[in-house]
Amino acid sequence: MNQMTATGNSKEAQRKILVLGATSGIAEATCRIWASQGASLFLVARNQEKLAAVAADLRARGASFVDTAVADLDDTDRHPALLAHAVNSLAGLDVAYLAHGILGDQTRAEQDFNSAAHILHTNLMAPVSLLTWLANFFVQRRTGTIAVLSSVAGDRGRKSNYVYGSSKAGLSAFLDGLRNRIDREGVTVLTIKPGPTKTAMTSGMKGSEKFADANSVAKSIVAAIEKHVDTLYVPFQWQPIMFVIRHIPERIFKKLNL
Amino acid sequence: MATASSPTAQMKLRVEDGQNKGKSTFESWGRYPTYAANIIPLHWQGDFPAVAQNLHNGILPVGLGRSYGDVCLLKDGNLIATPAMNRIIAFDAETGLLTAEAGISLAQILDFAVPRGFFLPVTPGTKYVTLGGAIANDIHGKNHHVAGTFGRHVTEFELVRSDGTILRCSPSENENFYAMTIGGLGLTGLIRWASLQLKPIVSRMIDYEGIQFHGIDEFLALTEASKEIEYTVSWVDCTSTGKNFCRGVFMQGDHSTKRAPLKPSPEPKLVFPFDAPGFALNSLSVAAFNTVFFHKQMSKRVVTLQDYEPFFYPLDKVLHWNRMYGKSGLLQFQYVIPWNNAREGTVAILREVAKSGLASFLAVLKAFGDVPSPGVMSFPRPGITLALDFPIKPDKSFPLFERLADMTLEFGGRLYPAKDAAMTAAQFQAFYPEWEQLARFRDPIITSSFWERVTGDQPSL
Repeated sequence: MNQMTATGNSKEAQRKILVLGATSGIAEATCRIWASQGASLFLVARNQEKLAAVAADLRARGASFVDTAVADLDDTDRHPALLAHAVNSLAGLDVAYLAHGILGDQTRAEQDFNSAAHILHTNLMAPVSLLTWLANFFVQRRTGTIAVLSSVAGDRGRKSNYVYGSSKAGLSAFLDGLRNRIDREGVTVLTIKPGPTKTAMTSGMKGSEKFADANSVAKSIVAAIEKHVDTLYVPFQWQPIMFVIRHIPERIFKKLNL
Repeated sequence: MATASSPTAQMKLRVEDGQNKGKSTFESWGRYPTYAANIIPLHWQGDFPAVAQNLHNGILPVGLGRSYGDVCLLKDGNLIATPAMNRIIAFDAETGLLTAEAGISLAQILDFAVPRGFFLPVTPGTKYVTLGGAIANDIHGKNHHVAGTFGRHVTEFELVRSDGTILRCSPSENENFYAMTIGGLGLTGLIRWASLQLKPIVSRMIDYEGIQFHGIDEFLALTEASKEIEYTVSWVDCTSTGKNFCRGVFMQGDHSTKRAPLKPSPEPKLVFPFDAPGFALNSLSVAAFNTVFFHKQMSKRVVTLQDYEPFFYPLDKVLHWNRMYGKSGLLQFQYVIPWNNAREGTVAILREVAKSGLASFLAVLKAFGDVPSPGVMSFPRPGITLALDFPIKPDKSFPLFERLADMTLEFGGRLYPAKDAAMTAAQFQAFYPEWEQLARFRDPIITSSFWERVTGDQPSL
């Protein structure tokens, strides 16, 4: 499993990391840890102003190198050029971190297919496009780590957010298969399943003051990448919780309000 | 003019969650009063004033809610919460000038700055306050006699008004907004970012000295003798009368000049887990605490090397220590009395407190220096400041508080808005005749429960 020899002693200081969706709350918190370790970062996000604010912060915190690109990752046609540019800018790549995604509006998606399709496109189709390129890139080099933010919501569809949940279920299944294919080639695939986390995406949601802190979620993600973990539930309590939820018989589950 | 002297003024409203923005109770550190409000977190500098469009009722920018009373509350209004907007914008490793978004906490600044050999120019007794909040309350620390207030070290900041006007403020640009915003209780607009001049250190350690004293004159003599020492503060026992009246421990320190590793601080692990029952803090338990604290220092004089965390932030070790005061919360009372009446006023107020039998768990005594603040509404002025905590006892706390505030006024002193939940409008306006200036610079839709209580001034929506 440990094939990091290609990057020499693979110290965090020399780490070259590509972050897709770098202005998302969890991604930004993760990047702050990497920056303080002296990593080199290539950040991709949609909004120029937010991206610039995040990049300046990471430079101040000690990142060895920070480059950015503004891109709408829904535009899959642009992916190959974008990814090639990132690898070029970093002069290599050790970790690809996919953190972009949208929560969407479940109620609207129930009425309007286009709205549902948009969630599926952003959260599933776009990552599949990115992962196809990245997997083949890393397999060629027989090293590297792909870390992807999925969600506990993908473990079982619930009426409150099953469109978002199904996009993440598809993503998790894709990652399981990808891992099965390329782990043996020296490439680590990490599926990250955060529970509800306090970020801009969830602000104003009911009970959001009790959500997990993005910084502690980020710490667990950095540690999981270092340890070449396959699947990370974070905070860890979500692993037994989701185990129970997955095993509730459907004839009972269908009557629950979750 | 509603004064909060009636305990029935305390209300806790639970309002069902709105469709997008949840109405919930934002607590100040004293947990009194408690008001429901709509909390709107800011994540990005560009979010304001967009998030404040089409809102009913007024708005108020808030940080981490460490002020004790109602300067950080707005009953049934909209609290613009800044702590998620906490990025560093620039740092000059040569000069130590830090520019950061206003929601960054002093704890986050220390985590960043200490390993780089820099420290806060001024720090209060908790590091869990935001940069914006530190400016808005123009906070002070143990080095007031040499460094002045926090605002003195803020070289510039950006203020955004609710109409979208962006004002860069410094001593040489928009000087009037600079002067009204420092100590302006968050009312002049949203502070989006600020530049803070940090100071170099070579060690986390503080050369500490603790000295027992008996009586105000010993305190004053120690104050006089320690003018060259950067940090000085005293804990004073205000439960004892007779020969132990005004006994205390004078604590002083300087940053150690002996090079030592500048590691970041570990995260606090202790959390005060529940609200203590109302009877937990009574005059006996507090007197016992005070006796133990006094004698914890076994000898008259203790000299040691101490990490900055316990020196500056002894209470931050226990998160939510305010729960010790139970659900009804606590009142703080902090005055400054100018030198001409400082001794007489302090003795009189300490006697009044001891006589009342209303326990004060923590009483902190310090001499302010004469370094002026750029802030017009800034609290400190040369003289003696005393800060007291009281658990809220319905029939007793508020009358005592009002008596103490009147005594402060008679001695020519004033109270600290950031610690207040009870002064009357008449008292406030006598303490701060400058309030009418602040009223003119106040953003038309920004207000606070404190401001409405002490001025009757309402937002114009």
